[in-house]
Amino acid sequence: MVSINRKTKIIIGIILGIWGAFTIIPFIWMILSAFKTNPEIVAIQPKILPNEWTLDNFRELFQRLNFGVYLKNTIIITLMSFVGLLINAAAGFGFAHYDFKGKNVLFILVLATMMIPGQVTMIPVYLMLNAVGLTNTYLGIVLPGLTGAFGIFLFRQFFSNISEEFFEAARLDGAGEFYIFFRVALPLSRPILAVQGILAFIGGWNSFLWPLIIANDQKFYTLSVGLQLLQGQHGANYALQMAGAAFMVVPILIIFLIFQKYILSGFNISGGK
Amino acid sequence: MKSKKAPYFFIAPALILLFFFSILPIFIALIISFTDMSLAGLADYSRINFMGVENYTNILSDPSFRQSILNTIYYVIIGVPLVVALSMGIAILINMGKGKFFSFMRLIFYSPSITNIVAIAIVWSFLFNPSDSIGLFNRLLHTIGLGPIAWLQDPRIAKLSLIILAVWRGIGINMLIFSAALTNIPKTMYEAAELDGATQLQQIRYITIPQLKFSTFFVIVTTLIGWLQFFEEPFVMTEGGPLNSTLSVSLFIYRNGFQLNNFGYAAAGSLILFVVIIIATLFQMKIQRKEEENTI
Repeated sequence: MVSINRKTKIIIGIILGIWGAFTIIPFIWMILSAFKTNPEIVAIQPKILPNEWTLDNFRELFQRLNFGVYLKNTIIITLMSFVGLLINAAAGFGFAHYDFKGKNVLFILVLATMMIPGQVTMIPVYLMLNAVGLTNTYLGIVLPGLTGAFGIFLFRQFFSNISEEFFEAARLDGAGEFYIFFRVALPLSRPILAVQGILAFIGGWNSFLWPLIIANDQKFYTLSVGLQLLQGQHGANYALQMAGAAFMVVPILIIFLIFQKYILSGFNISGGK
Repeated sequence: MKSKKAPYFFIAPALILLFFFSILPIFIALIISFTDMSLAGLADYSRINFMGVENYTNILSDPSFRQSILNTIYYVIIGVPLVVALSMGIAILINMGKGKFFSFMRLIFYSPSITNIVAIAIVWSFLFNPSDSIGLFNRLLHTIGLGPIAWLQDPRIAKLSLIILAVWRGIGINMLIFSAALTNIPKTMYEAAELDGATQLQQIRYITIPQLKFSTFFVIVTTLIGWLQFFEEPFVMTEGGPLNSTLSVSLFIYRNGFQLNNFGYAAAGSLILFVVIIIATLFQMKIQRKEEENTI
């Protein structure tokens, strides 16, 4: 750490403070505008704070537009994506704790899939799912993103740092491999499950491109897709757009503030093996 | 006694999913890129015709594809250095400060990264509104006697406006990676430098930045790959316009695949992008390796 004196520290603090203020201006402007009426926003000299705080924009989202349905879909999809955590954890456990034929080749193959851009897979996957009738289904939205190399990698790292003795002891007691995974390994992995769970939730909540492609029936729209539709249909109603955006952004910011310790700890790429 | 079959049961679900949704699609993309697969072909496979390399020759002479490549190069050349430099700069400043206020700033700078890109693009479209009574940026400029700027309407400026948003959003996660790496630099290095009379700027220049080499490399590669796939910002904010000035390669692929239903043509475009990404990554790795050899 470069050590600095008090004066330098204050100067750095001021620089970061001003920069930080610019960073959150979009959020503040979004939230303030969401509580204004649209006529107030398009008026010639709008004030910073709403003249009269109104909830009409949010009411319109849920009563006249379909945001209730979009919210339900987003929650269902997010919950379904949690199954992926279990799949990643199992694969990470398998790669970390067993020696088997083809292990290294398979693991490198898994890592190699990280290089494949979504633009290459989206057309073939759409055609495949269309062929088996999974367009406009929750399963079709969730399935392609259920597992991922990075998640498997993180679980493998975690499990390879756990001593083999934990599992040997259970094995001596006559426990089967699946019992060991569910009753010993998974409970041990609670910290990483928490991080991955939060990231899966944020990922599910924010997912956009794939739901847009695979669901063309409004009944299956997620919040992101619905919001994009809203922008197209109510392009001049800025208050309504800001209410929709705030409804998507604020819950994630709150979850982030609550779980920040877990989330921020997940980024040390140079540590471990 | 460990079971011989158990590991295969554990890895099977993940491997099957990855096979169907990551590996197999590459080969399917390759095959359909040599055909005229479209909506008609989707309904009746017998109407798909083999085209040879025609999609590839057509796409390479397609003016909007060429434009999208130039735009994407522009995004990468301006965006990647900006994101890397700013996120490293913020990480170093926060790390020098320490204390509650500075940890709080870390949360502030990270927050744009986790927000929904569609929502954020809509918010920024509003901030970028050309009218100086509706758009916040032009209103602020107006109060100091400048503007208005046609942020998203002027073909020369629109790309830069999208870059501003993407940089704003891209700083957070990379700042965290740099922050984590900064805590791993041994204190003794700075103490020794201080004894030798090195100034703070010299310490940053000759200790901090070289010590961040591995994370810098990681950040450059991931940011580069991300910017090569630039999509949501132009999709939501400008639809690639005005005059295709913000059209990215990803948006070109999406448009041809899912709005015009030319699956074969779009698949050819996507494979070209894939090759570019692989070349860019390998090139980066080579530079990295060379530098390591030089320092040893």
